[in-house]
Amino acid sequence: MTSNKRRVFLKGTLAAGTVGVAVGAGLLAPSKLLAAFPADAFKARGFENSLQAALGTTDMPAGDIEITAPEIAENGMVVPVTVETGMSDVSEMALFVVENGAPLSSKYVLGAGAVPMFATRIKMGQSSDVVAAVKSNGTWYSATREVKVTIGGCGG
Amino acid sequence: MSTIRVRAQESGGVVTVRALMTHPMETGTSKDSAGNLIPPHHIETVLAEVGDTTVMTAYWGVTISRNPFFQFQFAGNKGDTLKLSWSDNKGESDSTEVSIG
Repeated sequence: MTSNKRRVFLKGTLAAGTVGVAVGAGLLAPSKLLAAFPADAFKARGFENSLQAALGTTDMPAGDIEITAPEIAENGMVVPVTVETGMSDVSEMALFVVENGAPLSSKYVLGAGAVPMFATRIKMGQSSDVVAAVKSNGTWYSATREVKVTIGGCGG
Repeated sequence: MSTIRVRAQESGGVVTVRALMTHPMETGTSKDSAGNLIPPHHIETVLAEVGDTTVMTAYWGVTISRNPFFQFQFAGNKGDTLKLSWSDNKGESDSTEVSIG
């Protein structure tokens, strides 16, 4: 996990030479640097690969996590999803659509004072389990909810 | 005109942010009218900042819906300024600031 992050980080800084210069000149705060987009994790295909690339683990105990989403989504292009948790010391959250080709949909890094919740709208190619992962006290936990999709929302 | 519409409302010490961003969020699997694949074009990172503090960072893939909606919450104060910015895989970006009401 550490090496993976470092690789992404290095790739990001090398690709954007100007960013490196800006950092060297002290123009950018280090916190901004940590905001490196995890491109590999978003490309990973298959649920297990996606979990490993995004979270560094595939083994997650069930957590106190609530996923709010429609039972049946008529339009897979726009499926509203809300994830909330009562767990403590949450540092990161992530959302996966198991049956999407690249399952990782989004990942969130919580800053100081952030409440462990997010809501967005996602695309689903077909009916699928939606998995929310929450990192609480350094351990990833998950919850699953099935969403049936009438008209798929990827490609075409 | 900004591509971002955002409201930030404080209640009981918790700020609720609701944002809508104008962006195609192309998956890379859709075709144009001539049958050519439209390359992926999507927001990668959304940053929410109050002063020097990043309160929330979102990383998004192509499966976030077109013209993305994003809601989140953090402990904050009325009158503070929230800065919301996005950047995408083509190097485009936008940002806006809103006073927390």
